[in-house]
Parts: sequence; structure tokens; C-alpha cells
Amino acid sequence: MTPIFRRPNAIISSLTESDVTDEALFRRRRQFIKAGMSLSALAYFPQLAFASIDTFKDRFSQAERTVNLEAEPHSYSDITSYNNFYELGYGKGDPVRNAKALTTDPWSVTIDGECAKPGKYTLEDVLKPHDFEERIYRFRCVEAWSMVIPWVGFPLADLLKRFEPTSKAKYVAFETIYDKENPLPGQRRNVLDWPYREGLRMDEAMHPLTFMATGIYGKPLPNQNGAPLRLVVPWKYGFKSIKSIVRIRFTEAQPETSWNLSGPSEYGFYSNVNPDVSHPRWSQKRERVIGKLFRQPTLPFNGYQDEVASLYAGMDLRKNY
Amino acid sequence: MLATMKWMPLGISKINVITLAKIAITAAALSHIGYFIAGIFLGYLGANPVEVITHAMGEWALHFLLITLSITPLRRHFHWNALMRLRRFLGLWSFFYLSLHFFVFIFFDHFFNLASILEDIIDRPYIAVGFIAFILMVPLAITSFKKLQRWLGKRWIVLHRTVYLVAILGIVHYWWLVKADILWPLVYGLILVILLADRLYWKYKKR
Repeated sequence: MTPIFRRPNAIISSLTESDVTDEALFRRRRQFIKAGMSLSALAYFPQLAFASIDTFKDRFSQAERTVNLEAEPHSYSDITSYNNFYELGYGKGDPVRNAKALTTDPWSVTIDGECAKPGKYTLEDVLKPHDFEERIYRFRCVEAWSMVIPWVGFPLADLLKRFEPTSKAKYVAFETIYDKENPLPGQRRNVLDWPYREGLRMDEAMHPLTFMATGIYGKPLPNQNGAPLRLVVPWKYGFKSIKSIVRIRFTEAQPETSWNLSGPSEYGFYSNVNPDVSHPRWSQKRERVIGKLFRQPTLPFNGYQDEVASLYAGMDLRKNY
Repeated sequence: MLATMKWMPLGISKINVITLAKIAITAAALSHIGYFIAGIFLGYLGANPVEVITHAMGEWALHFLLITLSITPLRRHFHWNALMRLRRFLGLWSFFYLSLHFFVFIFFDHFFNLASILEDIIDRPYIAVGFIAFILMVPLAITSFKKLQRWLGKRWIVLHRTVYLVAILGIVHYWWLVKADILWPLVYGLILVILLADRLYWKYKKR
């Protein structure tokens, strides 16, 4: 299937020299905008802020590819039509069908816990200081299927540092949107203990591969993929990469995580992709790459062993699954 | 002579209705299966066609099994005896779908690798349960032919009671494989409970 729109590198390569803004000028403009922002009334009247992610349109299309993979990314239609997002339904095709039920505008993220700068930040505040980059990552679901996805976003570490976590912050907890009075279609039944929760150890969260995605294929995330802001931890099973984040909390104790609460013997806190840890539902030794009929071997840490194995040195990964 | 006259048209029409039903069910089931086979080549089954096919074949094996098991209760309550002539036919369709379900598992999931199939059966209880159900259904399918049925006599009835176990195992298999949303296994499970309870009711009533 052909991607619905051009990929960022294709866009970049089609630009001529005169289309590109002189970098110094670009930086000055940004400085100017940033200065203006901090002085303006926007800080006091957040409702006056540009409410839409469209404000960041240019950052999406200009995102530079920083992490590549030999594998070709899956098509936009595969990535956006086959999803696990229980808030929007339990079948793979439900999230795209129910996508409209999720409102991402306005959006804010509550930052709290062990940090110097807690508060409720608008999506614009969250995204503003970050340059976007494109990263091609493998995505491995615990259900033994996988895709290759061109994410757009920025390192989670860059975001977390802004809130100045204290020395007590040992873990980071995340929460997905949940309004008890107005639940999303999948939240009407207690299939999981809502809101959906996930967590990372601080060093995992600060790892350069850990990514805060806000787009795919050079465009803002569609709702079914976790708009407007989702986590991407490429060496862990997909359910760790929590979608539509509304809360980030720094904690001293290991936070509760949704699938672990639902089935503690099946889904551990770490949930690193590990072909050697058997799972009662799906053999994790092999996976079906979407679009292929037959399965292929699964790589330890989903192929990111060189980058992340040291995080778990000395740990028994069979016990800490 | 007169009795025959009266009886004949009724008998013929009954035969026709059953035959027509069989033709219709066969056409529907074959086009249903054809839709999935064609989908592998034409790509309309979404991002993960193998998963779609596995689930569809398993679900329809269960549908046909539950329909088969509802024949006897329907006959007893509504005296619709002609339905009995559909029972074996429906049961065989259930077995056919189950065989396709099993084939997708051994071919697309394991590429006929015996070691890997066995490992999956041993490591995953839901697969073990489904596998046992399939194995138990094989002798039922084989002995469904009239000659063998006659030859087995009363033993045939005893043997074919295994189908209750197959159905229970089928529900357990389904229940065990879903991650969190147990709604459908629950619905199928309740239907099976009703169908089995009805049999107990008649057994109790007879005494």
C-alpha cells in the first residue's frame, strides 16, 4: 500500500536551496517567538493560547530523521488501522472507528510528584521548547506482532528535565485520559482498571531511545495512535508505550501499571521484549511482522540490546519480566 | 392407499426443505471461507489477515457447534423432528471450520514445525485445551458416516457424548485466550450452559 502522504525525507529532498530559511535567521525567529511567549498574556490566560496542534505543523514536516532502521516503515494505513487502544474499543479495528470519541483539543498534561516544577501544562507549553525529530523504530506488541513506525517527537528525557525531578524521583508514572462522567467508548466497561497507567524506572525514562511521540509520518498522531502525546519505548512490549497522556508523575516507589494489575503473572513492570521468557498466551520467541504471513524470530530487547541491556545489568530478567 | 397419499406430499416437502437448507448452508459456508482465502491475496482483511482468519475459523467452528447442540433441545420443545436430519451435517461443518482453524495454526503460525507446535501446546494452556478439543472431535467426524454409526450401535451414542466436552473445552479455550474483554466468551458460555442444562432437564423429567 502506498503511504497517504510523502515522507519527511521526501519533502526535504524536494526543497531547493532558496526554500530553506537561513539557519541563523531561523534561530533568531525562534528566540523572538520564545521571548514573546514568556512575556505575553498567554501564560496568564492559557485559553487564549493557540489551541491546536496545527501550530506546530512546520515542526512536523521539518522533523529530521535521527534514528534509522534498515527495515522499511509500514504503511500509514497499516499503522493507523490496526491498533490496541482499549479506551477506544477492544478489537484491532475499533480504535480507528471510534477515533472521533477522543477530543484532543484542548489538551493539558498535569506534572506532579517529586519535582521542582509541578503544574498543569497546556499541550502547547509541553511541545513549545522541543525540536521535533523523526525516528524509525521497531514496535513489538506482546501479542507477538510487530511493525516499523516512523515516529515524530522528542526524547522523553528532554521533557522530564524541564520539570526538575528531585533526588527522590526514582520512577516516572504516566496516565491516559479518563473522565468518569464522560468515558471513552472502551472505558464504559471495567475491562481494565481505568485510567490506563504505565511507568518507567528513572534511568529507563531518561534513556536516549525513550521517546515522546506526537506524530507519525511527519503528521500529528491520529487519535487511534494515542494523540496528542504518547510514549514510545522501543525495547519494551507495546503496552508500555502509553497513549494520550494527561499526567506525568515522579515517584519514589514503583508505580502501578494497568496490565500488571490485570494479570500480574503475565505482564511485569519491566516488560522488556524477551524471547526467552515464555508467556501463557503468546510465544515470545517469534513474531509476525505485519504484512508477512509467517513468523520470524524475536530479538532480545526488540533489537535494541546494545543500547539498553546495560540498564538491567545484574538483574534476573526471568524474574523481572 | 389413502394414508400414503396424505403422507407423501408432506414427506416430500420435508425432504425438500432439509435438502434446500443443506444446499443454502453449504453455499453460505463455502463463500464465507472463500472470502477469507481470497482476502489473503487481495488484501482486504486488514493489517493482520492471518489473525482475522484464525479468529473467524475458530468462531464459526464454535457457532456451528452451538447450533448443532441446539437441534435436540429444539426438537424436544417444538417437536420439530425434521431438524434432526441437519444435526450431523451441521456438526461436520463445525469440524470443517475447526480443521481450518487448526491448519492456520500449524501452517501460518508454525510452518509445520512439529517441535515448535508441541512447545506452543505445552507452554500455552489455552492452546492445549483447544488442541484436545480438536483431537476429541476427530473420531466423532470419522464415525459420523451412517455405516459406522450402525455398526457402533449404542456405543455410537456414548462416543458422541464427547461433543459436550468438546464444546466446554472450546469455550474454555476462547475464555483463556482473551486478554481482558470476556464478553463474548461469556455469551457463548451462557448459551452452552442453557443447551446442556436443557438436556439435564429432559433426563430428570424422564425419570
